Amino acid sequence: MQSHREFFERPDFEFVGRDEDAVVTDDDQRVTSVPVPATDMSRQTPLYQRHADREARFTDFGGWEMPLEFDSIRDEHATVREAVGKFDVSHMGEIEVSGPDAAALLQRLTTNDVEALDPGEAQYTAITDERGVMLDDTMVYNLPESEGYLFVPNAGHDEAMAERCGWVREEWGLDATVENATTDWAMAAIQGPDAPGLYASVADEQFALDPFEIDHRTIAGVDCLVAATGYTGEAGFEILAPWDEATTVWDAFECPSCGLGARDTLRLEMGFLLSGQDFDSEDEPRTPYEAGIGFAVKLDTEFVGRDALEAVYEEGPREKLVGLQLIDRGIPRHGHTVTAQDGSEIGHVTSGTMSPTLGEPIALAYVDAEYSTPNATVRVTVRGEPKKARIRATPFLNR
Amino acid sequence: MSFETPADLRYLDSHEWVRTTDSTARIGISEFAQDELGDVVFVELPAEGDELSAGEDFAVVESIKAVSDIYAPVSGTVTAVNETLLDEPELINEDPYGDGWLVEIELTDDSELDDLLDADAYADQIE
Repeated sequence: MQSHREFFERPDFEFVGRDEDAVVTDDDQRVTSVPVPATDMSRQTPLYQRHADREARFTDFGGWEMPLEFDSIRDEHATVREAVGKFDVSHMGEIEVSGPDAAALLQRLTTNDVEALDPGEAQYTAITDERGVMLDDTMVYNLPESEGYLFVPNAGHDEAMAERCGWVREEWGLDATVENATTDWAMAAIQGPDAPGLYASVADEQFALDPFEIDHRTIAGVDCLVAATGYTGEAGFEILAPWDEATTVWDAFECPSCGLGARDTLRLEMGFLLSGQDFDSEDEPRTPYEAGIGFAVKLDTEFVGRDALEAVYEEGPREKLVGLQLIDRGIPRHGHTVTAQDGSEIGHVTSGTMSPTLGEPIALAYVDAEYSTPNATVRVTVRGEPKKARIRATPFLNR
Repeated sequence: MSFETPADLRYLDSHEWVRTTDSTARIGISEFAQDELGDVVFVELPAEGDELSAGEDFAVVESIKAVSDIYAPVSGTVTAVNETLLDEPELINEDPYGDGWLVEIELTDDSELDDLLDADAYADQIE
């Protein structure tokens, strides 16, 4: 048996097989047009020992040593869909932006309308370069009580995004303070239909945040920020806790620990993008319109890449990210070619898996826009064999 | 964690096993291998009558996180395929040495068995 990693593009999980030397182990293809810190040393979250004690299988992700799975990706996935599970997402970056021009800086940096956020509100947005190509996607939080703003770059992007903030500040002469607070904040996601109930038992109060709201809450005696956001499609919330007090907060939530494997299958069922895989400024350069997040682009604001994106908007993207469901037997995986019925190449798969909830093979793929209509029949080439597939609207699950 | 390595089987260092009865050999993957893969969600198997050569990949087992080529420990003609796996690939996780078998073959050359690891040698390798 020789395994080819399929879980995410880059992270290496433990290999079995006799020919390990033949396996390409590109340590870090996550090179963007902005510099990314060297990931020679794997970073560990403050919850690392908790995961090791639970005998997690670890993977490198964005330079962080993260739990890939505890007992079973399938079980962890089901726990989140049916009950509640907790994820350590401390590998997410945290960049704090404050000062008189904080909103103006983030308005320049991101595609969405930051000015529309009241204190205590969050929005999903993209960070693009001058070509309109996505460098990252993130939530931007306007912190409660006008304390400033926080956004959460993807794993390994924190340094580059902080530098980019500094560049925006200088370029437009803005009065703002930018701080890379990635190792000040641990982050946990508590997700699933039973998450609000679990919150109530831990915090001794009802979970009262509306979707995309963020506020201060005391969890197990620790002052935290709690946001009604997530990456699974389920009810739940994300907690920002002081790095040094992360274990106290983590331990307070008595529910199964879940790893990045389940996080990936959960987000894929919802059609949510994975940075570095469904878009990547070097390997998969995409505009927000191609990636299907045009809703997060507000062309009536001024941001880096706006003019390029206006042109894309007016012409329409040539390729679009679509959902695929295989009809023939097989599992679509990253890199598989998508063809039309006549065999001509029309795109490729960026993420694919066997959906644990549906029991069906699903994928995200970029295809020529003319083939992006739901129910269109295409082919995915799996190990040289064209497999029949249907274009599906995302999310794959109704949530 | 320690894994079962039944004494009556022969193994490849790449984690396939063979159980022989007369000139028929049943092939599967080891308990260690299924644990490394995690939840198996898909298998691709050869057809009856296909010829396998020792050392060649003849099947694919996919878990949620990995795709794995499975190598033939010995050469022979496929006489039976475990079609139950097409609908229940999780049997490979649940019972790797029993209901999770992959194929049976008619051995071409019994002496190839001598090239395989015995249970002790394989157990040492995965320790």
